[in-house]
Amino acid sequence: MDVSQYLEIFIDETKEHLQSLNEQLLIIEKEPENTDTINEIFRAAHSLKGMAGTMGYKRMQKLTHQMENVFSEIRNGKMKVDANMVDILFQCLDALEEYLDNIQESADEGTNDNEPILKELEAILNGNSAPKQEEKKEEKQEEKKSEEGSSEVPYKNFVFTDFEKHAVEEALEKRMHVHTITVYVDESCLLKAARAFLVFKSIENIGEIIKSEPSAQDIEDEKFEQNFSICVVSSESLDKVIGVIKNVSEIKDAVGEEITSLDAIKCAKDAEEKKEETHTNKETDNKKDAKAVKQPAKGKTNSKPVVNRSVRVDIEKLDVLMNLVSELIIAKNGLISTSSDAGNSGSQAFNEQIEYLERVTTNLHESVMKVRMMPIETVTNKFPRMIRDLSKKLDKKMELYITGEDTELDRTVIDEIGDPLMHLLRNSADHGLESAEVRAQRGKPEVGTVRLDAYQDGNNVVIEVSDDGNGIDVEAVRNSAINKGTITEEQAESMTDKEVIDLLFKPSFSTAKKVTDISGRGVGLDVVKTKIETLGGDIEVKTELGEGSTFIIRLPLTLAIIQALMVELGDEKYAISLGNIQTIEDIPVSDIKYVQTKEVIHLRGVVIPLIRLDTVLDIENTSEEENLTVVIVKKGEKLAGLVVDRLIGQQEIVIKSLGKYISNSSKIISGATILGNGEVALILDANALL
Amino acid sequence: MDDLKQTSTDTKQYIVIALGVEQYGIDISYVDNIVKLQKITRVPKSQPYFYGVINLRGEIVPVMSLRRKFKLEDDEFTDKSRIIIIKPEHQEPIGIIVDIVKEVVTLSEDDVEKINADLKDELSKYIIGVGKSEKGLISLLNITTVISDEQ
Repeated sequence: MDVSQYLEIFIDETKEHLQSLNEQLLIIEKEPENTDTINEIFRAAHSLKGMAGTMGYKRMQKLTHQMENVFSEIRNGKMKVDANMVDILFQCLDALEEYLDNIQESADEGTNDNEPILKELEAILNGNSAPKQEEKKEEKQEEKKSEEGSSEVPYKNFVFTDFEKHAVEEALEKRMHVHTITVYVDESCLLKAARAFLVFKSIENIGEIIKSEPSAQDIEDEKFEQNFSICVVSSESLDKVIGVIKNVSEIKDAVGEEITSLDAIKCAKDAEEKKEETHTNKETDNKKDAKAVKQPAKGKTNSKPVVNRSVRVDIEKLDVLMNLVSELIIAKNGLISTSSDAGNSGSQAFNEQIEYLERVTTNLHESVMKVRMMPIETVTNKFPRMIRDLSKKLDKKMELYITGEDTELDRTVIDEIGDPLMHLLRNSADHGLESAEVRAQRGKPEVGTVRLDAYQDGNNVVIEVSDDGNGIDVEAVRNSAINKGTITEEQAESMTDKEVIDLLFKPSFSTAKKVTDISGRGVGLDVVKTKIETLGGDIEVKTELGEGSTFIIRLPLTLAIIQALMVELGDEKYAISLGNIQTIEDIPVSDIKYVQTKEVIHLRGVVIPLIRLDTVLDIENTSEEENLTVVIVKKGEKLAGLVVDRLIGQQEIVIKSLGKYISNSSKIISGATILGNGEVALILDANALL
Repeated sequence: MDDLKQTSTDTKQYIVIALGVEQYGIDISYVDNIVKLQKITRVPKSQPYFYGVINLRGEIVPVMSLRRKFKLEDDEFTDKSRIIIIKPEHQEPIGIIVDIVKEVVTLSEDDVEKINADLKDELSKYIIGVGKSEKGLISLLNITTVISDEQ
């Protein structure tokens, strides 16, 4: 059967399940008794198995099947979670990820059987006492027969509401047969809902369905695994009904029994309660366990989402949409400038329409941007697992704290930012945090702290990766740079600490005293820096020897369209992103003061350095005015005043790249934009000027 | 007959441009478009041979000066000046300013005399050969080196 069209969905969903498994395992490592989590894990593993089976990935299915067995033992309280088990389960996840990578590349799961892991899982399962083992085997056999996740036949779990009970009662009075049947759909069946529909349809010819589990709506929405159960009132016998069901193609099996008295179903309900009771008796904590029994059912409705009304869209389609919006905005700007060129003769109605158009395009742009935005969580959620592994590998105790996971970034940025962040976190874990002995000597807590904080700052998103470790040893960097010949001794002496730290971002520069497989090969920070710069962002470091260091990444919120202030210098026009601008000031020339021969102004108690844009941009300065127009821009804490000739006004601009040919080594030009009259204006990057 | 076929497969069309008195040929397969001079926005701190960028149907295209690259006298813009938009495969377009666009010629391989790069003459790397047509000699530009960043 051709399943290629489902491959993409399969890959996406498998990723989600793996991620959830990773997260839940981390939780369970800390709280081995957390029943919610165990149930969650069990469900994820079970869905994974089902999906892999449907797609015909046998190895993947086998592995998940074993995992599921382990989880089911835990869930049934027959096993306890221990560190060894968690390690092996993590290995399983890695193996599954490997399968997934292979599938993503070649639509094939590869040939790695992962025998050792399977054996270990087996060992865990066999680690139970003998009788349990037998039980286990039995269960397995049964599973093989029905290829079902659990040994219970679902129809026995039917719980009837009063109304349904009444219906059964009525039917029995009329001497009709009441059957409860569980229908198993073939595992390779792709249109389960359609099959279920056919089953329903054919039963309706010979009887009436008074109840189904899951509900008819859920079955229609394909919200069931490989089976569903129904209660049928019919004049036909059980065998006949089952025969009708089995006639539907791709139905693997149907089993059921007849309900002959109302007591039977009452019993079913009572049995449920009894089960609960016995459970509660077993454990001491009554309330807790009752909750635990109810939770799975509740969890099921939760995890089968509260009808998540979303569509998966190819990012390329969004790119096309974004480009179209960009063109629309350029066209709108053109319209505005032609109407103003034509003088003020344009009728008021025309201007109103233009304003209306402007509102619509701005909203349209915002909506498209929002569609493209994703919470940074999609990247950061794999980090706790990574830190856990690093902690074991490096034998350092550490804890990762993440804040601001809901900060949103453009999808393209999200896709690219993962690796740099991972690198920085590894650096912090490996080089940043000291060994336990050193930490003890310095009076720091035994467990090191690595933080990842994300937040929005104007038109930027800031991500900080920090640790409370050793910090950067500036002298060590200086010496290392001299030894490597990166700088001469004289240069080293004249360099500020900040300049020395910036050396770390130079290609092939690593100060790690020993190379580990985690970091320290010298292909690190420069790659991080390049990547972040290609995303239009920048990175800086704050460090205090012995206290720790912080890497601050600043990324633009949007990549394509921004609100900008247009300014004029000589006869050239430039755009400055509104997100960077704090205020605009009119400063008399006489107010300019000098600090170390640099021009500054004193504004409301703050000393702000002046930047003469005409000098920076090689424009001949002709104006000799008494007042300067100064645009105050900020980057983090830093402020600067940009001196411009004239202000044109605020405009929505579409950012275009200058391309690869023109070298832009100073980085002060971050791109270009097309104005309403077709002219090109350059965009100044205030971050680079500061 | 066979001869004709042979030559026809080995011919190439070139756009003939002039910088001062000298004629240059650009392989027509690289040429995307020829546009009249328009306002060029200067890009500060760029390489000296770049004039800046233009808006070509909504795309930002950098424009360079062949004269500056070849270390000739600076351009004089006339109404005959043109920007030739070059679009190499798998690369972004780039514009080059020329004094005048003359004609399109078809040269067979026999009409082209290959020249070897002369290490002493740094400009020779920009030329892949000299074409002989009725209207005189045409230096055929090596577009790849012309638009590459090296000086």
